[in-house]
Amino acid sequence: MEKFTKLTGIAAPMPLVNIDTDMIIPKQFLKTIKRSGLGVNLFDEMRYDREGREIPDFVLNKPQYREAQILVAGDNFGCGSSREHAPWALLDFGIRAVISTSFADIFFNNCFKNGILPIVLPQDAVEVLMKDAEKGSNARMTVDLEAQSVTSSDGQVFHFEVDAFKKHCLLNGLDDIGLTMEKVTAIDAFEKKAATLRPWA
Amino acid sequence: MTAPRTLYDKIWDDHVVDRSEDGTCLLYIDRHLVHEVTSPQAFEGLRMSGRKVRAPEKTIAVPDHNVPTTAGRDKHIDNEESRIQVEALDKNANDFGINYYPVNDIRQGIVHIVGPEQGWTLPGMTVVCGDSHTATHGAFGALAHGIGTSEVEHVLATQTLIQKKSKNMKVEITGKLRPGVTAKDITLSVIGATGTAGGTGYVIEYCGEAIRDLSMEGRMTVCNMAIEGGARAGLIAPDEKTFEYVKGRPHAPKGAAWEAALAYWKTLYTDEGAHFDKVVTIKGEDIAPVVTWGTSPEDVLPITGSVPAPEDFTGGKVEAARRSLDYMGLTPGMKLTDIKIDAVFIGSCTNGRIEDLRAAAAILKGKKIAPGVRGMVVPGSGLVRAQAEEEGLAQIFIDAGFEWRLAGCSMCLAMNPDQLAPGERCASTSNRNFEGRQGFKGRTHLMSPAMAAAAAVTGHLTDVREMMTETV
Ligand code: SF4
Repeated sequence: MEKFTKLTGIAAPMPLVNIDTDMIIPKQFLKTIKRSGLGVNLFDEMRYDREGREIPDFVLNKPQYREAQILVAGDNFGCGSSREHAPWALLDFGIRAVISTSFADIFFNNCFKNGILPIVLPQDAVEVLMKDAEKGSNARMTVDLEAQSVTSSDGQVFHFEVDAFKKHCLLNGLDDIGLTMEKVTAIDAFEKKAATLRPWA
Repeated sequence: MTAPRTLYDKIWDDHVVDRSEDGTCLLYIDRHLVHEVTSPQAFEGLRMSGRKVRAPEKTIAVPDHNVPTTAGRDKHIDNEESRIQVEALDKNANDFGINYYPVNDIRQGIVHIVGPEQGWTLPGMTVVCGDSHTATHGAFGALAHGIGTSEVEHVLATQTLIQKKSKNMKVEITGKLRPGVTAKDITLSVIGATGTAGGTGYVIEYCGEAIRDLSMEGRMTVCNMAIEGGARAGLIAPDEKTFEYVKGRPHAPKGAAWEAALAYWKTLYTDEGAHFDKVVTIKGEDIAPVVTWGTSPEDVLPITGSVPAPEDFTGGKVEAARRSLDYMGLTPGMKLTDIKIDAVFIGSCTNGRIEDLRAAAAILKGKKIAPGVRGMVVPGSGLVRAQAEEEGLAQIFIDAGFEWRLAGCSMCLAMNPDQLAPGERCASTSNRNFEGRQGFKGRTHLMSPAMAAAAAVTGHLTDVREMMTETV
């Protein structure tokens, strides 16, 4: 997994609430057996018309946001299905951080497994950053995971909370499975105990 | 003396393998369900790192999301990408030696219907699947939730999951339900009350008389949509009905093991005085048959209501409602019962079980689908399908003019050929009404099987209670 440390980039505003995983990556693109190449289909049904032409009004189609690396989004971003294709598509497009007041649980976890930082901030902070993002490509935001801060283009700093373990993994690009494998003795012991306590399981 | 614990606390405690100082836990997973769409990259990951499946005997796979629901699918699947995914699952199941129900097996079906049906899902277990509706299994008092593909790989390799404990939320449905009101109406009404983010950060325990009174099928319907309310999982304490349902299933314990299991299962309830971080109480008698009008499962209204206006909402929801109404092609103020439909879908892991088919068939018996409306029944599993045929339900559907399909997810997410055309409107028993969910620009109204059947007959959204008095 790619590390996430500090990022300064263009932020795209998506004020819509409840942006679900079907919007992020519609199901017709889940038929792949690979993780890569989903970026062109990110937000597919909002981004293209039936003939595959770009819809100019859609934020990521606007010239100033085509290189966006950060999304500022409405409440409850990523609700819906467990598809990890959603963070894969965001990542493939180039999005490395998403800022919202709240995220759906599974999506939130999936982001961390793919080097994307989901940032939860209070409503008023998100509103300020949403305005900032609306300024377009000259307004670059900085996300600093080490310092747990987001800095708007005009220097306002917002502090965010992040789970210590998730932060550690993301900062160092660590693979969860490898870390858990180191605890194999504990898993063995648990299985042994469970075999007597709950042998039917 | 230990402090009083919730059901969630108890299951959690019994599965912690390791706890770090910051509260991050390694949680042991008893059952891992796998399907073709969210697993290929996980198996690929195992291959690339030379890892094995740690507990193949606890891992169960079935193709469901992508499979066509028409005859001949065991010979050939037209869509090449779908075929590749199903073939990949065939191969992965075989290579890694996990339990498998291939497409030609009568036990094949939607993963969340197959698990309970085969007795893989048991009270007190931890159950995961690369699918958000894993919450369904909570109906058995199992801690069950959806995971992403990286976590699928993690569970395959280690039989554990890295988790932080959620908070406890209680949703109590008191008293009795009124006639015509079903489990689907309960679960939709709860989401209507709490919103799609109302459960975020929580595991919900559903309780109260109305929940106790539900069959296991109904309880599965309720827990299925816990995720639509944002919760990590939904739970219902196991009771005699649960044990009765589980007993004799192929993978349920037998003999002495059954007795031991039963003794343990009977300890699975929330202790008197246990703490809940959030409590929602709804009176059963206040719940009406409901439908959704918008593109979020929280857009719920009693069928007697009218389409709302964006101004009825506040904050970001104003814009979302405007977008929804535009997408759904609805005008504020119009009566919900005036909304005409083009299609009816009865099926999915929410409402594709035998009881659901019985409820729909009871309304449809001796009636015909309205002219111009297309109806589709997709049983949740091959076994549900067989039973419905035996009970004569299939014939009722066919006589009414419905298509009688093979088991799978079908038009719940429309990854297979079962899709709405742009602009088509569907009365659906599934769980998501997101934009494009049932087909590009398709319009979905969520409701119970009985309500969907009623809509099929009249050709517009209909209060099933009116039809019930007719039939009595
Ligand atoms: S029936 Fe629908 S919700 Fe259930 S597992 Fe299949 S696609 Fe998901």
